[in-house]
Amino acid sequence: MKILVTVKEVAEVEDEFEISGLDIDESYLEYDLNEWDDYAVEEAVQYSEENDDVEVVTVTIGPERSEETIRMALAKGADRAIRVWDDSLEGVDFLSTEATSEMLAAVAEEEDPDIVFSGVQSDDDANGATGVMLANKLDMEWAAVVNTLDLDLDEGVAGVHRELEGGIEELTDVRTPAVLTIQSGINEPRYASLRGIRQAQQKPLDVQSLDDLGLDTGSLDSPLERTSMYEPESEGDATIWEGSPEDTAGELADFLRDKGVVEG
Amino acid sequence: MTDVLAIAEHRRGELRDVSFELITAGRELASEVGGDLHLGVISGDVDAFADDLNRDGVDAIHTVDDGEEFNHDVYAQAIPQLFEEAGADILVTPNSVNGLDYAPAVADDLDLPLVTDSVALDGGDVTEVTREQYGGKVETTYDVDSESFAVTVRPAEWPQAEGDGDAEVTAVDVDIDEDAIRSEVTGFEEVGGGDVDISEADVLVSIGRGIEEEENLVLVEELADALGATLSSSRPIVDNGWLPKNRQVGQSGKVVTPDVYIAIGISGAVQHVAGMKGADTIVAINTDPSAPIYDLADYGIVDDLFDIVPELIEEFGGEAPNL
Ligand SMILES: Cc1cc2nc3c(=O)[nH]c(=O)nc-3n(C[C@H](O)[C@H](O)[C@H](O)COP(=O)(O)OP(=O)(O)OC[C@H]3O[C@@H](n4cnc5c(N)ncnc54)[C@H](O)[C@@H]3O)c2cc1C
Repeated sequence: MKILVTVKEVAEVEDEFEISGLDIDESYLEYDLNEWDDYAVEEAVQYSEENDDVEVVTVTIGPERSEETIRMALAKGADRAIRVWDDSLEGVDFLSTEATSEMLAAVAEEEDPDIVFSGVQSDDDANGATGVMLANKLDMEWAAVVNTLDLDLDEGVAGVHRELEGGIEELTDVRTPAVLTIQSGINEPRYASLRGIRQAQQKPLDVQSLDDLGLDTGSLDSPLERTSMYEPESEGDATIWEGSPEDTAGELADFLRDKGVVEG
Repeated sequence: MTDVLAIAEHRRGELRDVSFELITAGRELASEVGGDLHLGVISGDVDAFADDLNRDGVDAIHTVDDGEEFNHDVYAQAIPQLFEEAGADILVTPNSVNGLDYAPAVADDLDLPLVTDSVALDGGDVTEVTREQYGGKVETTYDVDSESFAVTVRPAEWPQAEGDGDAEVTAVDVDIDEDAIRSEVTGFEEVGGGDVDISEADVLVSIGRGIEEEENLVLVEELADALGATLSSSRPIVDNGWLPKNRQVGQSGKVVTPDVYIAIGISGAVQHVAGMKGADTIVAINTDPSAPIYDLADYGIVDDLFDIVPELIEEFGGEAPNL
């Protein structure tokens, strides 16, 4: 049995930052494994620990820098990794969901997994669409925003809870192979152990170009073009209390007393 | 003509508010690109839904009577057929959990470029879509250089359509391949019950990831005590198992409307804001002046919660715990 997990290295923005051109200036970005993908990796690794002969393969699209992040997934127990990158992707402003899922689909077709886990969304772009589009390209079934999973790959069913709005969960039986987009909180992602980190260095990490995947750059063209990025004008007119913690806490305390919501 | 097809959303017999917002967003877009607004209503009591959705600005309503509840395999098959029936060019769906469970598949089938979670649309030969990125710290615009595309719209960004409409309602016979129905909804479950109901509280002290460690929670517990307030939180605190689900504010938690909401170490992600924007007064304590929570807050302290909260506790005669 094989589980494919799509993972992404996401950019986190420092408190103070500047925009240069169509993106946040590199120097204000830090990179990390996408929060939702961390849960997806954990879900796969747990299944592989509880069942015999389950291989966990991660796939990412990213430049060489992202290998550090991918190694974290290996350190947490994934067996091997695939990184898709290509000179032609260097310097593109953004990848459309179509392009991303096209590349992931090419890898998935090669790997032929029994199930695919992806994160509900990525922290930086927050498109929230890649997993479902990937499923469609693979002609697999899918389920979005899964926060409880009872998986039986031998039977070919995934019993899932899909987390809807307003504290309601939908209980659904999904036929596998399928793509499940994994919601945060589904499990408790582990920290990589020192041993795991050491082992990860030895695990296979395969780099694939578009050519290797039988894709050409044209197939990634999109009619979407990012035209601007800016800091939204604050709609609010918040009163910001300034001064030492003692002063500002005092202001807030006075406000709460005046409002009559607290006694004392 | 460039026509728009918007897909209504319902659950357990009720249309969801976002359906009426889609009418507003879809109407504006249709007018800008010079076309009609069609609505698609799939599953459930489609006639009653169509009646309710027949509001000012809707040109045509197409219903598909198949099953009771949302099933994405039905939607994924029905929508392309409705799209064709309506002669539509643009597909508009809610950026809801269910919207995102079919829109990417349908866009792929129809070969439509897809932009999700739009907060503004400016239709034209080239339509401009605005969305947020990096946790709401920046906005980006995208030009869609195609007459035909799919877009999901963020709930609660457009007002709900009002006024009676006179759209013609047509029941559409779509072909549904039962073999392609590969998942079955077996039921629903309500989560987040229990002894505390944060939606009843007058004052909420709400804590987010800024608290860093579970051990530090005593700090805000103490503050809530000193204020006679109720403790709530953002999602990561519940995901980590530090507080029970019934304390979570937001899209997948509770909607709260207290007199005062004190957001401490919470960035103000859209899914969080969905649960607390109705609070009477919002106070934010956050070290990051560009955190989106400040767009919403009435009052703010841009400082470290570990310095501010102990001071506050003492202001109200409590004793700040040693961390
Ligand atoms: C389908 C879906 C449903 C979701 N539902 C919900 C939901 O119901 N509720 C919800 O809350 N989220 C929900 N989320 C998650 C949401 O997208 C955010 O990830 C989450 O709200 C972030 O929580 P946070 O603000 O506590 O953490 P972060 O975004 O990490 O923010 C932490 C904040 O703390 C500040 N901070 C850090 N240290 C300090 C300090 N010492 N002093 C003061 N400030 C400090 C930082 O500046 C930052 O702004 C959902 C997501 C998805 C995809």
